[in-house]
Amino acid sequence: MTLATPAVAVEKFSGAYESLAAGSSDVPEWLKAVRQQGWATFSELGLPTKRRGNELWKYTNLQPLAAADFAYIVGGLVTVDQIKAAGPWDDAWNTIVVVDGKFSAELSNLHDTVGLDAGSLAEAISSGKGDIESQLASLAGREEYAFTALSTAFIEDGAYIAIADGTELEQPIQVVFVTSDDAESRASYPRMVVDAGANTSIVLIETYLNLSDSAQFSAPVGELFAGDQSTIRHYRVQIENESSFHLGTTRVRQLADSNFTSTSFAVGASIARNDVHTLLDAPGATCTLHGLYMTSGSQQQDQEISTTHAKPGCSSNQFYKGILSGKSHAVFSGKVVVMRDAQKSDATQKDLNLLLSRGAEIDAKPSLEIYADDVTVAHGATAGHVDKDTLFYLQSRGVDEETAKAILVRGFAEEMLNEFEPKALNDFVERITDERIPILLAESDTIGTA
Amino acid sequence: MLEINNLHASVVDIENSEILNGINLKVGKGEVHAIMGPNGSGKSTLANVLMGRPDYLVTDGDVTLEGESILELRPDQRAHLGMFLAFQYPAEIPGVRPWQFLKAALDSKAESRGEDKMSVRNFSKLFDEKVEAVGINPNLVKRSLNEGFSGGEKKRNEMLQLEVLQPALAILDETDSGLDVDALRIVAEGVNSMRSPERSFIVVTHYQRLLNYITPDVVHILVKGKIVKTGGADLALEVEKDGYQEYLEAAGANA
Ligand SMILES: Nc1ncnc2c1ncn2[C@@H]1O[C@H](COP(=O)(O)OP(=O)(O)O)[C@@H](O)[C@H]1O
Ligand SMILES: [Mg+2]
Repeated sequence: MTLATPAVAVEKFSGAYESLAAGSSDVPEWLKAVRQQGWATFSELGLPTKRRGNELWKYTNLQPLAAADFAYIVGGLVTVDQIKAAGPWDDAWNTIVVVDGKFSAELSNLHDTVGLDAGSLAEAISSGKGDIESQLASLAGREEYAFTALSTAFIEDGAYIAIADGTELEQPIQVVFVTSDDAESRASYPRMVVDAGANTSIVLIETYLNLSDSAQFSAPVGELFAGDQSTIRHYRVQIENESSFHLGTTRVRQLADSNFTSTSFAVGASIARNDVHTLLDAPGATCTLHGLYMTSGSQQQDQEISTTHAKPGCSSNQFYKGILSGKSHAVFSGKVVVMRDAQKSDATQKDLNLLLSRGAEIDAKPSLEIYADDVTVAHGATAGHVDKDTLFYLQSRGVDEETAKAILVRGFAEEMLNEFEPKALNDFVERITDERIPILLAESDTIGTA
Repeated sequence: MLEINNLHASVVDIENSEILNGINLKVGKGEVHAIMGPNGSGKSTLANVLMGRPDYLVTDGDVTLEGESILELRPDQRAHLGMFLAFQYPAEIPGVRPWQFLKAALDSKAESRGEDKMSVRNFSKLFDEKVEAVGINPNLVKRSLNEGFSGGEKKRNEMLQLEVLQPALAILDETDSGLDVDALRIVAEGVNSMRSPERSFIVVTHYQRLLNYITPDVVHILVKGKIVKTGGADLALEVEKDGYQEYLEAAGANA
């Protein structure tokens, strides 16, 4: 046994936790218990700043987060125009807006859509909607993980989305998690619960923005329940400012023949983690986890992606692409666990990286843990530079070097960008990418003809 | 138009790697020159050095276009002066569509010459015409540039770019290899239709076959990095019949 060391930075959060606990007389008893459990776990763990021997945080230094201070104030002042200017928006979508962890009815744009119940999580909790009591913190919050524990200790509000059995929605549902335009550094722990009934089909967009340039800390947690034969097309866009800390978690439980397809676009924050776990919990479930990450400056961007094949005949596919420049650092940690009962599983993992500078670093570790014998798996990871032959080819046709590089970088991103189907979303990620490429190239030093 | 004087070139970073050993060549306006030679003689190296590929180092000699040395120019600057290289092995570029890339190429050229960019509408029209002319599958040009294209499709795509960019000096590096007779005819028709008193061609080929369709004004035999013989169109037929053996022996004896 190692000697017990004091948990890091717990005291920074304890004041806020205590006043939340003291002021929550109207909160149901079950939630109080859930929060207490979360706090107990977090106070034992503290922030995971220790890297040695800590597989999950071996490549990621959280010291800057532990050194910073954040105020816990839910709900700030934001206008719809600010949100529209900063993120993707389409009036036809059902959009839930969550400001500094609090649902905003004024900013949300919700239509009366048959079969859809979308709104405040706090209200879903207080009125005991659906299976909220058994669902909330069931996929994320009970495990020994500092950020879901911390988030669980602070469960107050966020988004609640329930889709009635048999409902197929063509228009996307967007949830915008935004931090307000306030110079103060805030901590927020927005939660999202998505309960997709049997035979449902939805498109879900999660967008993370901040309106200020100051350092924000958010540990959002989404729990998604995919019913029998449901189809969820999920997108996750994280474009927080480059001083912020984003420690996001997505947990998905999939029932029989459900299909969860997710594409992430992660370009923001100073330190960001996109932690996704899908549990294929009934036969025939399939999940596709894709994403594009781009980093520059001294950004740190982690993809912590895992899938558990618990039942037979399921398939999973993980495919991420990264573009790194400056002195940035990215981690792809992909894991697939195939349980003993999960025969006829099919799993693939792939991570491809384009390194634009010598100072940029990628740690890619796809891994498979297989306890069944009848499975098909494939995995791989690569990191490369812009190909000089390709660059010459473009230049020889009259395209100058900078433009040629931009075309090649854009080409690398293209297949992921194409996955963003809703028009307004596609336009948005393309625009952000086109804005980022010159920044990435300005910090590039490994490629090119002198 | 193009003048090559005593050109020596080697591979960057490899000592004593001289591939071109003193090439002399003059291509006049409107002329079609064929360069033939055995594998490994330096044909592709010559073509690439002319276009400014950074893998090669010019150790001696000069290349001038319209009297001005081009050796200090970047590949894109050479392209803006009207040079074009159809690659023996065109690069595959995932995620980049031929349409988009060719528009960027034309725009750069226009910009460098202080001309107006072609409108998207006019460009689309031109592009579609040329796609039809070179017989490339229209679905193919909607995909990534050369990715998953067959050898023949890549060569047609090179012809498509040639026809859209309309260069003053086109260098074709074995554009005929890997093509069936139909495709070969399309390449030849493309070249023949573009032949004009203002435009010159250097056609690099291993076989005489292409020259049945494109009649060159001058034929050069390149062996071991040197032009060992220059003649008229008949020279190609001679080589077809007798092979390169006698030239190789002569070059070997000299070396
Ligand atoms: N980039 C390079 N690095 C090393 N060797 C090269 C390179 N390019 C060409 N060579 C060598 O130079 C010689 C001539 O090649 P190449 O010009 O491709 O011939 P050809 O086109 O006539 O078949 C060959 O021996 C080839 O291996
Ligand atoms: Mg060759």
